[in-house]
Amino acid sequence: MKIDRRCFLSLGIGAAAGTALSPLPWKLMDDSSIWSQMWPWTPVPEDGEYTYVDSVCSLCPGGCGISVRKVNDRAVKIEGTKDHPVNDGGICGLGVSGLQLLYGPTRVKSPMKRIGERGEGRWEKVSWEIAISAITRELKELRAAGKANTVGAITGSGRGTVPQMLKRFLTAYGSSNFFTTPTIQDVYAEAFKLMHGKDAVPGFDFEKSTFVLSFGSGLIDGWGSPVRMIRANSTWKDNGTTVVQVEPRLSNTAAKSDKWITIKPGTEGDLALGIAHVIIRESLNSKKFVDNHANGYLGAIDASGVFTQGFKELIMSSYGPDAVEMRTGVAGSDIVALAKEFATARRAVAVCGRGQGDNPADIKEVMAVHALNALVDSINQPGGVYTVKAPDYIKWADAEMDSVAGEGFAQERFSGITDGLNALFISGANPYYTMTDTTAVKKVLDQIPMIVSFSSFMDESAAQSDYILPDHTYLEGYRDVVAVNGLMRPVVSLAQPVVKPQFKSQSTGDVIIALANSLEGTVAKSFPWLNYQQCLKETLDSMGPEIQKNGFWVDKKAAAETGDKNFGTASGKFEFTAITDNTTPAESGGIPKLSSIELAGDKASYPLLLIPSDSLRLANDTIGNPPFMVKIVEDMILKGKSSFVEINPDTARKYDLKECSEAVITTPVGKATVMVHISESIMKDVVAMATGLGHTAHDKYLAGKGINVKSLIATVQDPLTGYDVAWGARAKLTKA
Amino acid sequence: MKEEGKHGKANKFGMVIDLDKCTGCGSCMVACMSENNVSFKEDESDKRLSITWMKVYRITNGKKFPDAEECFLPRPCMHCEGEHSGHSPCVSVCPATATDYSTQTGIVSQIYTRCFGCRYCMAACPYHARHFNWWDPVWPEGMEKFLSPNVSPRMRGVVEKCSFCFHRYQLAKDKAYMDGRREIREEEYQTACTQACPAGAITFGDLNNKNHKVYKLVKPDNKHHGKPRNPHAFRLLERLKTNPKVYYLSSRDWVRAAGDNYTVEEKRKGITSGSGSGH
Repeated sequence: MKIDRRCFLSLGIGAAAGTALSPLPWKLMDDSSIWSQMWPWTPVPEDGEYTYVDSVCSLCPGGCGISVRKVNDRAVKIEGTKDHPVNDGGICGLGVSGLQLLYGPTRVKSPMKRIGERGEGRWEKVSWEIAISAITRELKELRAAGKANTVGAITGSGRGTVPQMLKRFLTAYGSSNFFTTPTIQDVYAEAFKLMHGKDAVPGFDFEKSTFVLSFGSGLIDGWGSPVRMIRANSTWKDNGTTVVQVEPRLSNTAAKSDKWITIKPGTEGDLALGIAHVIIRESLNSKKFVDNHANGYLGAIDASGVFTQGFKELIMSSYGPDAVEMRTGVAGSDIVALAKEFATARRAVAVCGRGQGDNPADIKEVMAVHALNALVDSINQPGGVYTVKAPDYIKWADAEMDSVAGEGFAQERFSGITDGLNALFISGANPYYTMTDTTAVKKVLDQIPMIVSFSSFMDESAAQSDYILPDHTYLEGYRDVVAVNGLMRPVVSLAQPVVKPQFKSQSTGDVIIALANSLEGTVAKSFPWLNYQQCLKETLDSMGPEIQKNGFWVDKKAAAETGDKNFGTASGKFEFTAITDNTTPAESGGIPKLSSIELAGDKASYPLLLIPSDSLRLANDTIGNPPFMVKIVEDMILKGKSSFVEINPDTARKYDLKECSEAVITTPVGKATVMVHISESIMKDVVAMATGLGHTAHDKYLAGKGINVKSLIATVQDPLTGYDVAWGARAKLTKA
Repeated sequence: MKEEGKHGKANKFGMVIDLDKCTGCGSCMVACMSENNVSFKEDESDKRLSITWMKVYRITNGKKFPDAEECFLPRPCMHCEGEHSGHSPCVSVCPATATDYSTQTGIVSQIYTRCFGCRYCMAACPYHARHFNWWDPVWPEGMEKFLSPNVSPRMRGVVEKCSFCFHRYQLAKDKAYMDGRREIREEEYQTACTQACPAGAITFGDLNNKNHKVYKLVKPDNKHHGKPRNPHAFRLLERLKTNPKVYYLSSRDWVRAAGDNYTVEEKRKGITSGSGSGH
């Protein structure tokens, strides 16, 4: 048979048709996909005995109880503890994600010594003995050279045994340079010192309030103890409590509030005093309180015959609704209505601290807001704010100090983390990421010859350190966790090991004892405990059996008694003078300047205001977002590797910016390329940027995504407290 | 039905989500992922490819500043019953019986080993509650340790969705049998999202049981496809007659109206109440 072209083609077509019609290719494709689906790379989790271990979460200062489900020796799920005084079964996303931190790739698996350049990421694994003896050698040299005071430490809140051991270590060594990371709670404490004469923190009786006036506090965005606040919000919904949110942007808190009052950022204190003006004008204030329990409410003539203005005169002369409207952008009629509602509510409370309150605020602003509570007699009253004594259960004998320690300790304390330090210990803090003006902070920190990090995770500060001495995570060891954040009844909890340590980490408490012992002498003598567990047990024993039985101890007596009007001030009264002191008089017709706080940069070059926005979906403190949490970040906050700025359509038109287009944001200290999200939920000329992005360390799920808004903000120091109180930055936006 | 006789009364598990209380924190989403071994990728910002059995949407009233309002709307699988039992949009199109409606529990199942990835169900689901595994899941080294044996991790090529934490139902049922009971108690079977929600915004239970909180909250009219009798309650896309078992509560009119779609004509006439007009 001759095979011609025609025959060849028809054979070919026939074969093709035959193959297509036959089930063979389809069967093969099906088989191969089924077969490859069955490849063992999809893990089959091992089954076993189920148990629950109760402990406490310490990923934020909230102090929630957690119940961890285990299968054999694996922890498989974190849940909130039912009936726990803080969270009663509820839990936030970060709390649930804790196991991703425990088992995740960001763990530092053994002590590490830097071998490359700082931050280069080249490390050598060393034994604990080598790491401790190397650090001890440096510390001994500094001490011998009379530079003991140049060794410092930075921690988170500073509460609890581990930070206090670190502080004790420095004291015995000869340095007073122990620093904490201040928050709005610390400013409240300073304000309470001045106004109440009390060493106390604020405890808000939110659950009983009938009217909550929040000056930008992200009450359900992570302010205070986050789960407790969300629960309080549900109580408000059930009870019909009115919540008014004063904020330039429709945060989740504003979205859930009954009224959102938009305000020019940074003028919240003026609005508070504008409200005070209307309350006084309409005689809606508590006469009993201002007459009997207040000092400086009315002006007085002193011995030399000079009249000093009181709070009332200052407010009445300068803070009329019209003047306040000019300053704040809040309509005068709104101010009047709000003041009347606030003052006539049964149990009203005013609160401040922007966003999650992670940053300190201008103390004058805090005092102005707190004055509203005084005016309507909501202090130490149900539904109001109480002065709360922070738990004070650490009662160790003073550290032993030899002459070197005495000399070092007597030296003037540094104002903060400075390049004057020769060594810095970092525990429970991540200054390379969380401190305002990141670039400048890095420059200062880079000057410090030795940085030792106690971080369990490779965070920004650990990545920049010389030694990492990894702590157990909160799920692997014992530690005490103190929750005070806005709580009426502070809770001290005992974290216990849920699983055995996964890597060669050691409790920081034990490491401090080891360092002290290898320094010998009085430093070693200051730490008489065999190990950290013994120290912790002895310390907690003084609190009674409750904490070791239940895992937590509620300080029921911490809050002042209801109706308590004992003030520890020199006058024995509530001090309105704290507000009126150091006020810059008004320029003609305007409002006096309460404080000298001004953001960096001139308004002409930087016409916009950049404000950070906090969310419970983006951890922005020492702990960074684990993968689950990165997954739930909205796509108008983060898209690919780009973070967004949120602006009003009006602002977008002005700078010719389109939705999802690129723009460059410039502030006096930084510059970044961002994407634009146009929204009706923000004031014009205000630019919002999410906090918690722009990490350079951690894992690939988080690193390199977006911009750290802190890198765009210049620090502003409050002369009264010394805290950095920058709430934003002047900025400009240009098309990219 | 036959099975009902064998196992006692049929349940109809459903959920009520109070949108006045939901703060949009996203805890339910994470609790769901952690409970159900949901995978994650390096980049999850393309939300069409992001597997979220529970997803919290942000909706707005569309008004200009400063009258803009926002509300958060968590969306699990609606476990639609359809016009007659089991006529769920997804169940009726699945060629593999990989997804089925249980008249015993009212839960729409998803059996991964049966699913061959045709994704008809995804096209049929009006709630975007179903997700396709385009890739095999990869957990970074060490992280497989937190995987729960209660739920099998999914492989490439299958569809997955919220199961109302069906494994928790099974565990509760097992426990009840061990204790010599036929019925499980309300608190014995709760989904992971319900349990985690810090706001207490999610309520879960049996819509057939008048003593359960879900029933009391929405008062479903079980003779008329479970329509809510609470005027603040609504369901998503009620007019599609999917008969979902997830109800929402909101005191705000615009939120309830946002639960459905309307024709231009209806919008003009102002017919935008979420409850629909029935037959």
